[in-house]
Amino acid sequence: MSGSGSVQVRDLWVDLKEFHLRQINLEIAAGEYFVILGPTGAGKTVFLETIAGLHQPHQGHILLNGADVTDVPPERRGIGFVYQDYALFPHLSVAGNIAFGLKLRRMGRKAVEERVAAISRLLSIDHLLHRMPGTLSGGEQQRVALARALVVEPWLLLLDEPLSALDPETREGLQRELARLHQALGTTTIHVTHDFEEAVALGDRIGVVNEGRVVQVGSPEEIFRKPGSEFVARFVGVRNIFRGEIHPGEDGYRVLSLDGVKIAVVTDLVGQMHASIRPEDIIISREPLRSSARNCFQGRIVNIANKGTVVYVTVRVPPDFTCVITRRSLEEMELREGLEVYIAFKASAVHIF
Amino acid sequence: MKPLFADKMRTIFAILGSLLILFIAWPLLRTVTASSPVLLWQTLLDEEVRDSILLTFYASLVATGLAFICGVPLAYLLARLDFPGKWLIEGIIDVPIVVPHSAAGIALLMVFGRRALLGRAFGLLGVKFVSATPGIVAAMLFVSLSFLVNAAREGFEAVDPRLERVARTLGASPWRTFWRVSFPLAWRSILSGAIMMWARGLSEFGAVVILAYHPMVAPVLLYERFESFGLRYARPVATLMILICLAVFVALRMVAGRKGARG
Repeated sequence: MSGSGSVQVRDLWVDLKEFHLRQINLEIAAGEYFVILGPTGAGKTVFLETIAGLHQPHQGHILLNGADVTDVPPERRGIGFVYQDYALFPHLSVAGNIAFGLKLRRMGRKAVEERVAAISRLLSIDHLLHRMPGTLSGGEQQRVALARALVVEPWLLLLDEPLSALDPETREGLQRELARLHQALGTTTIHVTHDFEEAVALGDRIGVVNEGRVVQVGSPEEIFRKPGSEFVARFVGVRNIFRGEIHPGEDGYRVLSLDGVKIAVVTDLVGQMHASIRPEDIIISREPLRSSARNCFQGRIVNIANKGTVVYVTVRVPPDFTCVITRRSLEEMELREGLEVYIAFKASAVHIF
Repeated sequence: MKPLFADKMRTIFAILGSLLILFIAWPLLRTVTASSPVLLWQTLLDEEVRDSILLTFYASLVATGLAFICGVPLAYLLARLDFPGKWLIEGIIDVPIVVPHSAAGIALLMVFGRRALLGRAFGLLGVKFVSATPGIVAAMLFVSLSFLVNAAREGFEAVDPRLERVARTLGASPWRTFWRVSFPLAWRSILSGAIMMWARGLSEFGAVVILAYHPMVAPVLLYERFESFGLRYARPVATLMILICLAVFVALRMVAGRKGARG
């Protein structure tokens, strides 16, 4: 039911008291889910607000569907906005909040009611329509904020840390909901977050920002496999991130298969999912280990990266797993590139998202 | 909550505080109880008294209305904008609270007097300030607008600017955003400020008496009766004024109380 537009940002500079954006250039395709990833205070919110027309850029242009909207006021841009803490109108009911934008369009009462009902069903909040925002849980409030933004069928949806204020369980649910909504509506979306896994799970592409600049743009895979700078590498961290198919296994475990390797995992999810394993959760040994760890693979060391007191050892099974050990362990075990070793990790150490 | 008299210090504080409360309540209570209801009723039937009370209400209402029209926009700007010299504007708003009100009356006379520039300009339009209702309105406006502007500003400051931003992205122009989001959310503060201002206007004596002794507002009438005929004649009028202002004040507290309950 929504439209979808392309976004081009050309040489954008914004100067505000606390935040500055410097020379931002971005091309976002129609229907794309683009994630802006960066630390707190990197100017992510200012960037979204500038695209929405709430700040006037110092220099540069914003194009929506090829048309320059740099001087168009926010109310005529057709851009939906969702804030981290929802920003629901406290004096209006849930229905009043969702209908806010429709009523401004001088739509008939009946049409307004129908559209509100349709979007509420899509977001499973149709039972909340008569409640006041203050009485809702965080997850419910965020669904209302999404409904309010989507019901006017924006060209572009801007999400400012939409999941950060939620507890972990609600966050996972709403994250899947965002993916589902994007599939169903196809609205071009720019989603701002500081959470790397959230970015990987949702983004078609990721733009990493730091100190008001875009430092790298690429697919999630590119960002964590080939970080373009020291900052990106440090912000993303060294991780083992995979994408694979999850299906039911035996003994209550589920099995994630990737590159022909079957990994035991603990999760309720099935289908194409991401998995991450922290390097410090992987044990490396020269002999096959008898331990409680469900996952044990043989592989060959392809890289040893010395980081002072700790050492990152990459073992190709394939896929490549990176583990972290102390320098002392490295010396005691006499590890070197090309050596055949065993790695082991618990099924519960695999985070599925 | 801990009991009031939990320790010695609190007991002493409570005694000291009660002295002040007594100081306010006793004279008021004495005045109110000194006149019999029959006497009050007769006073109310006195045309001069009735006219002056109605004039007081009316003039203060007009002053509040004027402050509302110009003061709410000003309050909004002060709540939302940062600009060089803002402290000066905020200071000017508060000045009427600190200057002696008779001095305020003199100051107004310098501008709205018969021979002053604005006085003459309005004179050409047939509007007279000295010894006329517009003068009373001007005096009340001057001494009480701070209450409305400050309350409205606090009300707008409590409205999250992001609510306004969301409204803009949903298609609302700046005007509509103001009327549909900012104003309704600040309304209770604005209303309580307006009631406060109106009540303050009702009780104004110093500035009014210098601009317009006649027509007489209630506080001036009260003063005149006291000066000419003494306490016995002034008292029923005083009682009436106190009762009316108390009623207004109770209404104000109810409005403010409901605001607290909502937040």
